[in-house]
Amino acid sequence: MTKKIFAMLGTLALLSACETASQKVVSGSAATSSSSGSASSSGSTSGSSSVDKKQSLFAQAKQTAADKLIAVGDRVLFDYDSAELDSSAKILLDAQSRFLRVNSDLNFIIEGHCDERGTREYNLALGEQRATAVRDYLVIQGIDPDRIKVISYGKEKPAVVGSNSMAWSKNRRAVTIIE
Amino acid sequence: MISKAFADDIKIKINSGQIEPLPVAIADFTGKEGKSNQIGRQISEVISNNLVGSGQFKAIESAAFIAPPTSPSVRPNFLDWSPLGIKALVTGSVKNINNDEIEVEFRLWDVVAETDLIGLRLTVASKAWRRVAHIISDEIFERLSGDSGYFDTRIVYVSESGPQNKRLKRLAIMDQDGENHQYLTDGSFLVLTPRFSPTSQEITYLAYFKNEPRVYIFNLETGQQELLGSFPGMTFAPRFSPAGDKIIMSLAQKGITDIYTMNLNNQEVKRLTNSSAIDTSPSYSPDGKQIIFNSDRGGSQQIYIMDSNGKNVKRISFGNGRYATPVWAPKGELIAFTKMHKNKFYIGVMAPDGSGERLLAEGYLVEGPTWAPNGRVLMYFKQDKPIDDGKSTNVNLYKIDITGFRETRIITPSDGSDPAWSPLLPN
Repeated sequence: MTKKIFAMLGTLALLSACETASQKVVSGSAATSSSSGSASSSGSTSGSSSVDKKQSLFAQAKQTAADKLIAVGDRVLFDYDSAELDSSAKILLDAQSRFLRVNSDLNFIIEGHCDERGTREYNLALGEQRATAVRDYLVIQGIDPDRIKVISYGKEKPAVVGSNSMAWSKNRRAVTIIE
Repeated sequence: MISKAFADDIKIKINSGQIEPLPVAIADFTGKEGKSNQIGRQISEVISNNLVGSGQFKAIESAAFIAPPTSPSVRPNFLDWSPLGIKALVTGSVKNINNDEIEVEFRLWDVVAETDLIGLRLTVASKAWRRVAHIISDEIFERLSGDSGYFDTRIVYVSESGPQNKRLKRLAIMDQDGENHQYLTDGSFLVLTPRFSPTSQEITYLAYFKNEPRVYIFNLETGQQELLGSFPGMTFAPRFSPAGDKIIMSLAQKGITDIYTMNLNNQEVKRLTNSSAIDTSPSYSPDGKQIIFNSDRGGSQQIYIMDSNGKNVKRISFGNGRYATPVWAPKGELIAFTKMHKNKFYIGVMAPDGSGERLLAEGYLVEGPTWAPNGRVLMYFKQDKPIDDGKSTNVNLYKIDITGFRETRIITPSDGSDPAWSPLLPN
C-alpha cells in the first residue's frame, strides 16, 4: 500500500501540464502557415478600381455560369446504397457535358453525398464513389479530367432535411459546381 | 453476465441477470477549514456519482449515517455502519498544503470484515481535485469489483450545433463524466471521427481543412494539428495502432476505398486491402495482430477480419442487415458494432469470430460505439428522428453497460456525435 502511495505522489505533478495544454483552440488560419482563403480577399482590398471591376465582372460571369449549370441540371440522384448512374442520370450528364465543353475556361467540383441511413465512414466512401461515377462519365464524354475534382461529404450536408424517403432520395446525389 | 441469444426478429431483450448493487457509504472527506472542507465534500460527491453511475454500487445517503464522517487515519466504529446494510465505507480528508496544493487522503474499509482494504495519500494542485476523485474512484472500483476502473478517463467527440443542413462541428474534449469541457477546434472547418492515441495525448481525426478531407493528428500538449502524409485522395476513418506507432485508415480514390497504414516514425505507407469495394472503419485487435473492418465486397456492408498484414480476410457477420464500425474491446473478447436492419440502427457486440451476437441499444440512428478502457461500458451517439421542419435535430452521446443496462445520456453543452473514450490517463 505504501508503495502505491509513493507511485501516485510522483505522477500527479503531470496533471496541471495536461490540463493547460488542452485550453488552446485551433482556428482555421492559425493551424498552418499558409492560407488559401486570404490570397483572393487581400487582392481585392488593395487593388485599383479597374482590378475591382475586372473581378466583379469575373464573379458576375461565374454566377451566370452557375445559374446556367443549375438550369441545365447540376445534380443526379442515386438509389439507396448505390453509385450507379441510371438512364435519366446519364441523359442529364449528357446535357451537363455539353455545358462543360462550351464553358471550357471553367473548372468543376463534383460533390458526392449520401442520405443519413448509413454509417458515417461508409457514407464518405459511398459519396466518393458517386462523385467518381459522375466524373468518369463526363470524362468519357470528352471532358478533360484535369478540369474536374471530386469531393465526398458523405451524409454531412443533406440537401433536404427530413426523415422520410422523399428527403433521403434527394440527398443521395452528386452535384456539379463551378470551382 | 448472462448472454442474450440473438433472435431473428431483432428485438432488444433486456438481460434479467442484473447484479444487485453493493451498498457503500462515502463519507464527506473532512477538512480543517472552509476551503478544504468544501473540496472534501465535492470529492465525495464525484466518487459517489462515479460508483453509482457504474451500476455496481448503491450509495447510502449521508443523512442516514449514525456517526459523523471521520478522518481516514481513524478506525471507524463498524457497529455504526453495519446496521445500515453498508458493506464498504470510504473515509477521507483534505489538507491545504499551500495556496495551490492540497493533500488528499482516503481509506476504504470493509465494514463486514472490520478491516481496511486500501489507502492512498496524494498531493496535487488544488484545481486538480476532480482528477483525484476519479483516481480514488478507480481504486475503490478495482478493489471492490475486481475489475479495472474507467473513471480517470476523457472523451473526445464532435460537438454539433446549428441547422442540420448547415451543421457546425467542432472537436471537443471532456472528462468521462462530462466535466472540464473544452473545445479544440473553432468550427471553421468540418471535423469528424476523432480517436485517441494510446497515451491519450494525441487525437487522430478527419478534417475538411481548406475543404480537402484528410486525416490529421491533433496534439493536446501543443494544441497543433498536423496533416498526416500526402495522399492522392480522401483519407478518413483513422485509428491508432495499439502501440501508437501507426495510423490505420481508408484512402478513397477513383471510386475505390481501401485500407492503409502509415508508420508515424518513418512515414512508410502500406496498402492492406486491394478490392474494388468499400473497405473502411478499420480497428486493430488489442494485440495488434488482427484488424476488423467493414466492407461491401460481398454485396452488402459486413464485418470482416484479417491479419495485420492484410492476409486471411474472412467475413464474420452473418446476421440480418448491414454491419458497420466494428471496434475491438480493450481485452479482446468482444467486438462492438453498428447494425442497420429494416430502417433501424442498433449497437451490439459479438465475439471476434462472429458468434454470440447481442444487441444492446437501438434507435432511429445509433452509431459508432467506443469502449470504456475496462470493456464494461460502451459509448455511442444517438440521433432522434428529425422533426421535418429543417431546423430541429437531436444528436446526443449515450453510454450503456455491455449487459444492456443503464442507457444514460451524457450531458454536453450542445449536440454531440462520434465519441471516443480515452484509455486510463497516464499517471
